[in-house]
Amino acid sequence: MISRLVDDRARSAIAGSIRSRRVDVRGALFRSLLQSALVLTLLILAVLLVSVFTDSWSQISGRLGDFLSGTLRSRSSDGGLGVHQGIYGSLWIGVIVAVLAFPIGIGAAVYLEEYAPRNRFTSFIEVNIRNLAGVPSVVYGLLGLAILVNGDIFGLDRLTGGRSTLSAGITLAVLVLPIVIITSGEAFRAVPNELREGAYGVGATRWEMIRTQVLPYAAPGILTGTLLSMARAVGEAAPLILVGAVTGRLGDNPALLDLGALADRFTALPIVITSWTQQSGRDVGFAAAAAGAIVVLLVFVLIMNSAAIGLRNRFEKKRG
Amino acid sequence: MTDASLIGAVPPTLETLRISKGRRRREVLVRWTLLLAALVSVVVSALILWSLFREAWTFITGVVWAETWGQSGWFPRRGIYDIPTIVVPTVIVTAIAMVVAGPIGLGAAVYLSEYARAGVRAWVKPVLEILAGIPSVVLGFFALTWIAPNLVGRIGKPALLTVGLGVLGLYAAVAGFFAWSRLKRYRDGSSDSSALIGVVGAAALLAAMGVGYLFWLLSLLGDFAPARAGSLAAAGIGVGLLTIPLVASVSEDAMAAVPEHLREASAGLGARRMATATKVVVPAAISGIVAAFIVATSRAIGETMVVFMAGGAADAARFTDSPFEGGLTMTAAMASLASGTDSVVGEGLTFQSLYFVGLLLFVITLALNVVAARFVDRVREQY
Repeated sequence: MISRLVDDRARSAIAGSIRSRRVDVRGALFRSLLQSALVLTLLILAVLLVSVFTDSWSQISGRLGDFLSGTLRSRSSDGGLGVHQGIYGSLWIGVIVAVLAFPIGIGAAVYLEEYAPRNRFTSFIEVNIRNLAGVPSVVYGLLGLAILVNGDIFGLDRLTGGRSTLSAGITLAVLVLPIVIITSGEAFRAVPNELREGAYGVGATRWEMIRTQVLPYAAPGILTGTLLSMARAVGEAAPLILVGAVTGRLGDNPALLDLGALADRFTALPIVITSWTQQSGRDVGFAAAAAGAIVVLLVFVLIMNSAAIGLRNRFEKKRG
Repeated sequence: MTDASLIGAVPPTLETLRISKGRRRREVLVRWTLLLAALVSVVVSALILWSLFREAWTFITGVVWAETWGQSGWFPRRGIYDIPTIVVPTVIVTAIAMVVAGPIGLGAAVYLSEYARAGVRAWVKPVLEILAGIPSVVLGFFALTWIAPNLVGRIGKPALLTVGLGVLGLYAAVAGFFAWSRLKRYRDGSSDSSALIGVVGAAALLAAMGVGYLFWLLSLLGDFAPARAGSLAAAGIGVGLLTIPLVASVSEDAMAAVPEHLREASAGLGARRMATATKVVVPAAISGIVAAFIVATSRAIGETMVVFMAGGAADAARFTDSPFEGGLTMTAAMASLASGTDSVVGEGLTFQSLYFVGLLLFVITLALNVVAARFVDRVREQY
């Protein structure tokens, strides 16, 4: 039957098309188009990093020590110009985020993954968290402004001192909370059920099972999520502007470990960058200062991000 | 355990099986504490809604709409709140961002998912994640100091407009293609009429938008002054760079979820890689890719710092519909109103206008995210 269908002409055509080395022009074009999209992305990243570093060179190479210990000034040629106040704000915002968002977020994830019954209320909470993760960051700033700064409800402004590092930290903790919950939830879901059943089998209660099996196994995943959300919080600027970060002059310059200044007016590294970038229009020297502050911020953010990514890839490979 | 040891064992009774009081109390305590932690997110949502609605309601009921509409300017400190003045730049910035992020992000995703060797993927994906982690203030600085003079200023209007038109036209062509295939399926009798009405309506809307876009483009080509300072175009490109990793990662996830046997079947039928990618993998993952675009749009609308720094407008703005001028988006209007002064002062409703814009932003992004979540769920259902 086959021999009847495939005559000599068809056979030679098939053999020819198999043996021929025609170049697939369209395919090669398509491939190089896709490749160029990727290369373009990497190129942009490279241009960004190089241009920021070259812009910052006059601040970073010449006077790094002064730059790190200096304060906000009104002229870029001022010898006391620097980012110390910004580092103070960003450092303590990071600490507050770690203290508030991490325990609450991980706790919520434990409840949702390990305890919660599968009912409508639970799925309502889950949908709610997913939607919170997509709310623009300025809206969180409005929340902080209403509740923490103006004290519209509960009179919380007396506790936070109004426009303070404390208000900023709490606002950003609320901002990253959904991210912490979602990433830790994923880490919990990756825990094999055999571990849970094994723990129950030797008589553990639910919490004992979670503490001895689930949490240790999920720890790298949780750490990855918390590092990423910390980097996000430290780099975020829009909510801080709404909460009332100082962009012009900030009087006092507290030491890094001065807890008393937490309820005072504040600034943070992203705010310093914003303010100097905007001032570079009238005073060009501020562009270099802004680039210098970006380098300081990027060092922190990129270390946290690459640690998180490295950690995750290591454990993914290990567990296969 | 041997049999001998079992013989001596006491048989379990209810007493020995019951856990101690302390252990049980701890269980209950832990459970309730964790429930409280989970409820924090609900409280946060409630507080967001409450604070937004309360102040926004004062604004909506207090402002004289007939007077403020059509003032062609956003001057909140003088009591002039023209909504189109901040909505049109938002649309422009978002469109430019999607022109940049859509093709680049999707192209990178298809390459990573269908072409790249494992070794390449292993180092490119972390680099993309690093790009995703770069704070938006850094992109804002970059947009103002590099993109504005080197891309927008040097390449100039005609080239940028041509690229923009090309990419938007491509989007319209893709949408039109889907509408056409739906129409054909309807004529074959395998689709119901309600879907048809939606598709034809969407296609008509796209066509109308395309014609409007063309006329707007022609009106812009008139003057050729290159932008040196910040502009909506520079800000839009900056926002686009920011959303590339988002488009890439969400659509790559969707393509990774396409079962391997579909690719193998396609290869078995003699399809080349390009045909497999464009005719099998992308259509199978289309829900996820659409979700990626919607999420990126939502992110671009909500992005604040890049537009605030590179958008080229101070705290008030006249109406503009040109991407090569400075303008205020909704987010930038909020940031500039809140920054600089110690407290938001001005004519009666200035403070409330902040919350009104916030509510508008919240509703738009929420709607987009809900739609995107539906598309993602559809991918999960299929595979």
